[in-house]
Amino acid sequence: MSLLWMTALSILILVLATGKTGEDTAVRKLKPFLRMLPLVGAIFTAGCSDMVLLHPKGPIGETERYVILVAFALMLLVVIPVIIMVFWFPWKYRAANTKADYAPKWNFSAKIESVIWLIPLVIVTSLAVLVWSTTYHLDPYKPIASEAKPLRIEAVSLDWKWLFIYPDQNIAVVNQLVFPANVPLHFTITSDTVMTAFFIPQLGSQIYAMPGMQTQLHLLANEPGTFTGQNQQLSGEGYAYMHFQAMAVSPDEFNTWVDTSRTSPDKLDLQRYLKLAEPTNGYPVTTYSAVSPELFRYILGRHRTTETEKPDPMDNKTGTIPMTTAGQEEK
Amino acid sequence: MFGKLSLAAIPYEDPLVMGAVAGSILVGLVILGLITYYRKWTWLWTEWLTSVDHKRIGIMYVVLALVMLLRGFTDAIMMRAQQAIAVGMSHGYLPPDHFNQIFSAHGTIMIIFVAMPFMSGLMNIVVPQQIGARDVAFPYLNSLSFWLTSAGVMLVMVSLGVGDFSKAGWSGYPPLTEMQFSPDSGVDYWLWSLQIAGLGSLLTAVNFIVTILKMRAPGMTLMRMPIFTWNTLCSSILILFSFPVLTASLFLLTLDRYLGMHFFTTSHGGSPMMFVNLFWIWGHPEVYIVILPAFGAFSEVTATFCKKRLFGYVSMVYATAAITVMSFAVWLHHFFTMGAGPNVNLFFGIATMIIAIPTGVKIFNWLFTMYRGRVRLSVPMFWTLGFISTFAVGGMTGVLLAAPPADFVLHNSLFLIAHFHNVLIPGALFGYLAGYAYWFPKAIGFPLNEKWGKRAFWFWLIGFYIAFVPLYILGFMGMPRRLAHYDNPAWQPFLIIAAMGSIILFLGVVCQLIQLIVSIKERQANRDLTGDPWDGRTLEWATASPPAVYNFATIPVVEDLDAFMDMKEKGIAYKRPKAYKDIHMPKNTACGLYNGLQAFFFGFAMIWHIWWLVIASGLAIIATVIARAADDHSHYVVPAAEVESIENERFRRFAAAADQQTN
Repeated sequence: MSLLWMTALSILILVLATGKTGEDTAVRKLKPFLRMLPLVGAIFTAGCSDMVLLHPKGPIGETERYVILVAFALMLLVVIPVIIMVFWFPWKYRAANTKADYAPKWNFSAKIESVIWLIPLVIVTSLAVLVWSTTYHLDPYKPIASEAKPLRIEAVSLDWKWLFIYPDQNIAVVNQLVFPANVPLHFTITSDTVMTAFFIPQLGSQIYAMPGMQTQLHLLANEPGTFTGQNQQLSGEGYAYMHFQAMAVSPDEFNTWVDTSRTSPDKLDLQRYLKLAEPTNGYPVTTYSAVSPELFRYILGRHRTTETEKPDPMDNKTGTIPMTTAGQEEK
Repeated sequence: MFGKLSLAAIPYEDPLVMGAVAGSILVGLVILGLITYYRKWTWLWTEWLTSVDHKRIGIMYVVLALVMLLRGFTDAIMMRAQQAIAVGMSHGYLPPDHFNQIFSAHGTIMIIFVAMPFMSGLMNIVVPQQIGARDVAFPYLNSLSFWLTSAGVMLVMVSLGVGDFSKAGWSGYPPLTEMQFSPDSGVDYWLWSLQIAGLGSLLTAVNFIVTILKMRAPGMTLMRMPIFTWNTLCSSILILFSFPVLTASLFLLTLDRYLGMHFFTTSHGGSPMMFVNLFWIWGHPEVYIVILPAFGAFSEVTATFCKKRLFGYVSMVYATAAITVMSFAVWLHHFFTMGAGPNVNLFFGIATMIIAIPTGVKIFNWLFTMYRGRVRLSVPMFWTLGFISTFAVGGMTGVLLAAPPADFVLHNSLFLIAHFHNVLIPGALFGYLAGYAYWFPKAIGFPLNEKWGKRAFWFWLIGFYIAFVPLYILGFMGMPRRLAHYDNPAWQPFLIIAAMGSIILFLGVVCQLIQLIVSIKERQANRDLTGDPWDGRTLEWATASPPAVYNFATIPVVEDLDAFMDMKEKGIAYKRPKAYKDIHMPKNTACGLYNGLQAFFFGFAMIWHIWWLVIASGLAIIATVIARAADDHSHYVVPAAEVESIENERFRRFAAAADQQTN
């Protein structure tokens, strides 16, 4: 439907811009502007399909879009009357209109007062109800109900690249994320540099990646496709270049990809990791056929000072940190 | 001898920076030259720089804010230009390091060195007059506050040519701002300019709380206080409670950077999350600090230009008080995505939505003030109407961001940028500009040109939408904030439109400058002889324009909320007293100016680790304060005879104005 409408609009614009309908003065006057219209039209049509947040590819993003649209509609109930009144009142009660009522001392009406307190209150209450249920539902730490077994991925933000470790597959990849569609993804996220944020807009929810701490995120793509993943939190010079492709593929394709990755000559041992962690921009996609088993814990531990330093038992985000593998040396 | 400072700190290889430096120095030299040519140094020194008169200090604050608005605006246009072109193979004209400095400076300047001084300026000009006082409670402290703010401004300006400014955003999250990741002087410039200017703001708040609570004219109970004064009081209370948090958190970061401590580092037990919490415990109230006085200005303007009492004054006061208290309970909505868990996120999300209720009530109160009024569409009213319509949208997107599920996808995107510009530009800046147009004749003595004011308004309003609606859309397209470069070509058309919008906004600024020049040129024909050009309702219109140094020859007695309107109706507004009395006024002092300069050198020395200068300027500050405290002759007396002659002149001008009207 919208496609049809846009096609009609584009044809109209093209016809007008080329001036084939006749050279009447109005059109001639408008011609410079009309010539720009195809550009505007292109922007408009491009805009619609590129509004990735309005075209989510997974349940998390879909619920978030639902919250945005419902909240938006609810608030329009108060915003639209305000915008009408802001034009209507000054027009009706303009100084020149001496016929309008004038009550210079009138400054209180219990009726109006109660309505203007009540309307925002009712709207905020309904919003609160909506937000209450969806906030618990969309807790990023909450696993997504699915028959498929979740795929575990450990994500590490580095200067200025992303490292994804697949602990169950024992592979790792830099600046690319490959995963099967319709399988829940369980991300465990940390940073080996400053604070960053892990975000694949089309799948939903972002979460911060922080050094020495781990955050979690559950996502799911319900169809194959390639999405952009990015860092959403300023992290220094290479921040703008810290994005990657997130590819949802079929289970067969995923298995093939895992098998191919396993044949990669590179193995991610500690030495290679420390080299990788050095600041770089535009690091090429690199796969590793094996990963040191405790690497993720080691990365967390790099920001813990001494072996005696115990993680706070109340802090369920940090997990159990003190690690036994090699490479405990302090940077 | 010069610590870390060497010639290498001056980026002379960068033509862009050097151009800006050369331009700033040139403008400075021209101004100094003009002052010398017209032999105005003595006048400048005695009438302005050393003045403790709240009206003079207020005007200096506004001038400072307008100058810094130009600087912040230049940054904005540079950012928009970079983002309009830096796609794919093109990397624009700014390297990331420079781009990061520009947006960090833009944020810091617009909040701390435009919004805060503009607000302080209006408070200074208006509040003492509105409450029927002759000055603020602590006039020297007031001058000190102004000069501390100026010291902060000077540090930011110096960072242009000597070293760098921070590259870590105006919010300066560690660990990025720690020594490990930002070893250069940029973060230190940010730290010390914020710290010194913040101290100035804190002292202003102390001053105004005392002034408002202790110096109101007889009869002015709290519930007869003009709404702008109420908003100033609430804003000052917010400053009093929140700025110390900023001071403390910046101080802890300073300890990290200077003494190798570990408050916010990633190791040795430091917690960057703690800084983020502390920063926003200040940062969210800060939003209300700059917005409440603007709300006050809108309220005054609406009542005056609708020739009607403000609708729901009591509601308005309670709504303001509710915002004041609640603004301390919403800070976590700035980082729902930190992983605090749904319980915590929900609390802060719903608290944020609740704070929208009193704000919504205020909007309706302004609307119902117009209802059954006589609306005069003068420039201040234009700003007010533009504010209400635009702010309603900004409020809506704010409540949207307050929902954690929505924030999870919109956080740190251009949607967020669009949102907070959509509340701060109409909410704060339009309010200041409304107040600027409204109180300009009071402070200066002649009104601003209406035609150019309206042109400025339309450029601002239309430019605002063209600059920021594309950013809302880009938020939905998944574009993060603060990108020096991007690869998604679909974003570019919107960024080009936004860049055009910023140019339209700039035309608005240009119109305002022209308005000022035209108004000054036509001042003789437009002098405000009555002191009451708008048929005002509150006491500031009972003084002359510009007011005498003592504001009120006799302190007025207040019998109604709209005190001056009440006096006019009773026919006692211009009644002359039987006899005038001597008036005690505070003497000018250069101590505030000296303190400001010393604070500037102290900050500069700290930034560059020039320890001898740190000690010297630190001692100088203490010495100046002691010297000032030891001065027992800080007041002088305006004799009754002089008061009488000033007042005679004022009434002679009334008569002249009345003649003009009848002719």
